[in-house]
Amino acid sequence: MSGSGEKMLNLTLKVWRQKNSNAKGNLETHNVTGISTDMSFLEMFDVLNEKLINEGKEPIAFDHDCREGICGMCSMYINGQPHGPKQGVTTCQLHMRSFKDGDTITVEPWRSVAFPVIKDLAVDRSAFDRIISSGGFVSVNTGNAKDANNILIPKDDADDAFNAAACIGCGACVAACKNGSAMLFVSAKVSQLALLPQGKVEAKGRVLNMVGQMDEEGFGNCTNTGACEAECPKGISLENIARMNREYLSSSLTYVKK
Amino acid sequence: MSSSKLDAKIPAGTIEEKWTKFRSTVHLVNPANKRSLEVIIVGSGLAGASAAASLAEMGYKVKVFCFQDSPRRAHSIAAQGGINAAKNYQNDGDSVYRLFYDTIKGGDYRAREANVHRLSEVSGAIIDQCVAQGVPFAREYGGTLSNRSFGGTQVQRTFYAAGQTGQQLLLGAYSALQRQVGMGAVKLYARHEMLDVVVIDGKARGIIARDLISGKLEKHFGHAVLLATGGYGNVFFLSTNAMGSNVTAAWKAHKKGAFFGNPCYTQIHPTCIPVSGDHQSKLTLMSESLRNDGRIWVPKKAGDTRKPSEIPEEERDYYLERRYPAFGNLVPRDVASRAAKERCDAGFGVGNSKLAVYLDFEANMMRYGQIEANKQSLQNPTKEKIREMGREVVKEKYGNLFDMYKQITGEDPYELPMRIYPAVHYTMGGLWVDYNLMTTVPGMYALGEANFSDHGANRLGASALMQGLADGYFVIPYTIGDYLSEEIRTKAISTDHEAFVKAEAEVQECINKLMSVKGTKSVDHFHKALGKIMWDKCGMARNEAGLKSAIVEIQKLREEFWKDVRVPGSADEFNPELEKAARVADFLELGELMCKDALNRNESCGGHFREEFQTEEGEALRDDVNYAYVAAWEMKEVGNWELHKEELKYENIKIAQRSYK
Repeated sequence: MSGSGEKMLNLTLKVWRQKNSNAKGNLETHNVTGISTDMSFLEMFDVLNEKLINEGKEPIAFDHDCREGICGMCSMYINGQPHGPKQGVTTCQLHMRSFKDGDTITVEPWRSVAFPVIKDLAVDRSAFDRIISSGGFVSVNTGNAKDANNILIPKDDADDAFNAAACIGCGACVAACKNGSAMLFVSAKVSQLALLPQGKVEAKGRVLNMVGQMDEEGFGNCTNTGACEAECPKGISLENIARMNREYLSSSLTYVKK
Repeated sequence: MSSSKLDAKIPAGTIEEKWTKFRSTVHLVNPANKRSLEVIIVGSGLAGASAAASLAEMGYKVKVFCFQDSPRRAHSIAAQGGINAAKNYQNDGDSVYRLFYDTIKGGDYRAREANVHRLSEVSGAIIDQCVAQGVPFAREYGGTLSNRSFGGTQVQRTFYAAGQTGQQLLLGAYSALQRQVGMGAVKLYARHEMLDVVVIDGKARGIIARDLISGKLEKHFGHAVLLATGGYGNVFFLSTNAMGSNVTAAWKAHKKGAFFGNPCYTQIHPTCIPVSGDHQSKLTLMSESLRNDGRIWVPKKAGDTRKPSEIPEEERDYYLERRYPAFGNLVPRDVASRAAKERCDAGFGVGNSKLAVYLDFEANMMRYGQIEANKQSLQNPTKEKIREMGREVVKEKYGNLFDMYKQITGEDPYELPMRIYPAVHYTMGGLWVDYNLMTTVPGMYALGEANFSDHGANRLGASALMQGLADGYFVIPYTIGDYLSEEIRTKAISTDHEAFVKAEAEVQECINKLMSVKGTKSVDHFHKALGKIMWDKCGMARNEAGLKSAIVEIQKLREEFWKDVRVPGSADEFNPELEKAARVADFLELGELMCKDALNRNESCGGHFREEFQTEEGEALRDDVNYAYVAAWEMKEVGNWELHKEELKYENIKIAQRSYK
């Protein structure tokens, strides 16, 4: 594309290969040549896979869908960082201009007990869906709503709720955490709903249920390292964890399940 | 006259009373019976997730299938700009009728009046529902909801959440769905792809799905089958759709008897980031909301290579403002796209490829900065200070989009105008449905982008989200009762039934066939070749000779695909290449039908622009005498279709030449 100063790169890739969830995996080395700096990281993988297919080999399985940084499906652990070296982007939005000619790049799947590997770089993140099912909603059936402007919400509260709700559920926070904790993910949803009047009605039960489900899924605990926030492609703030801890503490002291 | 095989089942009465009367008189299913009625929903985007949550809340037994790893990934998530609703919160003259009128006109008089009016009627309730779910829409300082403008309208009726409205709406619907999953009312099948519909005694009774991890085929029974599987823009290979978006579910339904409506109606979105090279795997949209504040221009001199900042104001051609003074930069998408193509074809394009125009925020950044300075009572602020404050306002409105643009192009849009070009974005065509959203196969429904019904030949911005949620939250919960009330005596059919066994065997045979070709070329090779034919000959401009040659080329490519495609790995494992191959096989059949439909329609309307049919000024020239109908195609066999026509009657809106001047 014009203006960006396109260059071509030759790279060495060390990629995690694993036949299925039961198999033992290993890093496999591949060389790719003529990679444009305008390509996205996943387009570089497209080139590699096309090459593997043409050579009669099996392409590398990886999750991806929207390729514009919003669906949360792509999930590569690149040179020891979820979504790679650049801040605030997902793997699909990481462009090859972030790398230098001759670089060796190691690519692994998300690593967490709660995210078992399905194949190569694809992992199972259904634990996140089950956490949402345990309380990440407002219990309002279709057709029960009053006029949308009936309850006024201060702009700052709406903005804070939106910032928490911007989580894409990719799981980078879990992959980044040495404990494999899902606190950032869970707290983002707890915060969003706790900040809004619509979510306040069920706030106490929600936080207890969601944290309970998180523990049941095998995610680790939080030791305030902050790697989750640093690696989050959407800039979800640690403040959410603080808010969730407050919600959790007060709820566990005052909430009586009937 | 409409074909005898098409009964749109439009209720009697005036347009204002059709839906109210229908809702009040449609047959109901009592709560005890609902518990034994099973509904299959394929797709978990806005339409699928909202339908699943609503039907489960009502008491039906629901199964949801999606090919992604979670329902939250569906491509509705990527919608940026907003959702329309006739709330008239801005006191600017909006009403149900005006939204109805704008949608019919925007669709270039090729949509069904009754459906569009219903859509307008329920639009307000969608916003109420979403707010109740905790969707954090943008708000004003007084705490009320904020609105912005979109193309093809003169009121502000678009609700939004920064540039991530689709994400927030989908997460709302997903939360409602997951709540039902948690309560056991919905059974969720993620990483499952529907590969056929099972039809028994003429009624849809279930599906065959492939578990994408194990590769195993599964048979699922349902009293009704709802397809909410999105559009088919990926037939062009390059589009703004997600990589996995596909036509397979709709196409299998088509092959089992569901007519396909207006397949040639494709929306080419005017503001996308231009193609950068052969490696490109998809195109990225820059939201239409940017046209609120961005001005589109090209240099007045062809082949001008100066930097945009060096081109003085009087040497810029703001061609949309020039050609369409009444709507300016906010003309509908089809009009804006064609105007960009016209300028580029004439040699006025910018950037290396010359296939781009500028979208410039400078003027509005200064305007916003001045407003901020006034608010803060700053005396004689410097130009830099004003610009800095204006930049902050623009950042708050569109920050994520500007970041995305910078990430992809390596250029800073706060400093340089964006370069944009049209790209395939949405398909107005889809499975033909009646007023109840039922296809021509009883018991099989199509919702959201998967159906053809509401947008005519061109969809207005911020109306896809509205339609998806209208269908799922407020239409299907009522209309499905009309069918299921007759099914309360139908016991669940065993999946050992011969129709299930036969359908499963056919799917297995198709997979075996794909695996056994063992050719020399990758799936992407064929997909790219198909995309090129479609873009060149069935894209933004079409003509008879091009379409005729495209049909021959697609037939040849399809033949070649089945002789020479290479699908690595095996069928009994997680195999994304096999998934792609099966989808491309369907696109190779669909592409032919799209060309056939475009060839049949000897007029220009909305997104369908036949070069032979244009006004002297280059606008689309409709032929209302001969083509005011929905083209519904019945498949006889691959490559052989029969056309059925549903006549479109305009009883409330006077059909006219569309003008935005």
